[in-house]
Amino acid sequence: MTTSRAERSANYVVLVAFAAFALWPIGSILVTALGPETASVAREGRALHWENFAEAWVQGSFGRYMATSVVVSVLVVVVAVVCSIMSGYALGTMRFRGQAVLFYLFLLGIMVPTEAIIVPLYFDLRAVGLTNTVWGVALPQIAQSIAFGTYWMRAYFRGSNASIIEAARLDGAGTHRILWQILVPIGRPAITTQVLLTFMWTWNEFLIPLVMSPAGTVRTAPLGLAIFQGQYVQGTTLLAAAAVLVALPVVVVYLVLQRHFIKGMIDGAVRE
Amino acid sequence: MASSSALRADAGLRGDVGRRPAAPVRRRLVPYGFLLPAFAFYAAFMLVPIARAVQLSVYEWDGLTLGTFVGLRNYVAVFTDPALREAFVHALVLIFFFSALPVALGLVLAAVLHRGRVRGLPFFRTVVFLPQVVAMVVVAVAWRQIYAPDGSLNQALRAVGLDALARPWLGDYTWSLPAVGFVGTWASLGLVTVLLLAGMSRVPSELYEAARLDGAGGVREFFAITLPAVRGEVTVALTLTIIAALKTFDLVYVTTGGGPGTSTTVPSYEVYRRAFELGQVGMAAAVGITLMVLIFGINLVVNRVGDRSTT
Repeated sequence: MTTSRAERSANYVVLVAFAAFALWPIGSILVTALGPETASVAREGRALHWENFAEAWVQGSFGRYMATSVVVSVLVVVVAVVCSIMSGYALGTMRFRGQAVLFYLFLLGIMVPTEAIIVPLYFDLRAVGLTNTVWGVALPQIAQSIAFGTYWMRAYFRGSNASIIEAARLDGAGTHRILWQILVPIGRPAITTQVLLTFMWTWNEFLIPLVMSPAGTVRTAPLGLAIFQGQYVQGTTLLAAAAVLVALPVVVVYLVLQRHFIKGMIDGAVRE
Repeated sequence: MASSSALRADAGLRGDVGRRPAAPVRRRLVPYGFLLPAFAFYAAFMLVPIARAVQLSVYEWDGLTLGTFVGLRNYVAVFTDPALREAFVHALVLIFFFSALPVALGLVLAAVLHRGRVRGLPFFRTVVFLPQVVAMVVVAVAWRQIYAPDGSLNQALRAVGLDALARPWLGDYTWSLPAVGFVGTWASLGLVTVLLLAGMSRVPSELYEAARLDGAGGVREFFAITLPAVRGEVTVALTLTIIAALKTFDLVYVTTGGGPGTSTTVPSYEVYRRAFELGQVGMAAAVGITLMVLIFGINLVVNRVGDRSTT
């Protein structure tokens, strides 16, 4: 296409400026995290202070918070994805009474803000002794992830090749065999996307773990960071290091599998 | 494989002989069986809480003693209580920063980048999308350091001689809300631009070539071809970012705690504060339900308008 050289270089300026804007806060927190913690450490003259991460990890007891985050994330991802595969299969490949109503009921859940349900969730789960447990933090997020997952997997199963299902049925495969041995292996990309998005949302969630564990027994990593910020007021170095640690798992997975993230968030949104 | 499926068919046949009417009923129940686990979790931890929130919202309850039925009084308070009304006004300001500003900027950026056919776009996409995957708490910590009295923003202002503009951004009654909002602009801009770029890449390039043969410049091209073609994406971008603005909680919790005074309090923060700090549980539930209805309404309006303008 005919684009003048001046216009093209102007475009690169826009591109670089935009990328710099996006990276600025992330870069500045990385720089702070790697800087010297105190003036006496600075006199040693080293450029990068990796020990800040170990220091923040110990001081903020992030070992415990990270372990909680891993447990909660695994629970939510496994339960929500298995349930969504099954419900999406039913809604996407079968015909039955109440189908449309059930689908819209699940769709509704994508839009419901956590703020609308958090108050009764706390008081009702407290009444049955589920607050301050891993389940109290995980179950509400399982429900939210199922709303998106059902919608997402239904779209995949609707788009899957009907002739494959028909051939398998003629071969005598039951509904379970068709799902788990044929459609799930073919649908790995769609399932991977749901796993990644659910992991990201669960890892980054703040309001639910904040409210559901008032005693602080089930603190996830983001919550640990907020608390660390309140306790640690002398400087910014260790706080920045802690922030990097909390963001790191999702960012690493994103950098490796970014196509899935971007495609999932954009396709998921557009099809809505 | 073949023998096992034959066996299966055989077994099914034998099973049918004894209780013929039972099999179709069971087969009709199969879809519900697949839906059951998902629906059980969803009903127990989404649908029931919504119903319970509606129920709580018509009571005055401190979370400990017996509640008293007050009808719609909590909802009246949402619109008359100055503190709550202020929170909803702040939400409108955040919608400007999270939604209107990024969509306007994103349209220009995406159009420029799309027209320019620059190289390195996949790498660029990965970078500008990054703010979407970093936990909001981490984002809030990063921006707190930027906005701090001796943070990089003030340092930059002083370096270029604009000392008069330097201020503790998050502690300033006038500037704290725009400062919090701008974090939203930063977080949304990449998502919106990537979304719009995806939409623009679907526009057939012959359309542009035809327009250029007609002598259309970049600006006319944008209004005549690009903008109408990405209406759907604009609708989606507005919906996503408006919802994000209305659900802002962690950002406010970590950066300002609603302050200074009440200058950055938002509805979702009021839900938390009233239910778990002030013991106004019924009122908090009413704010939460109002927020939900507002999100449904905005979704409906944005999509209705988006649909109408495409036909």
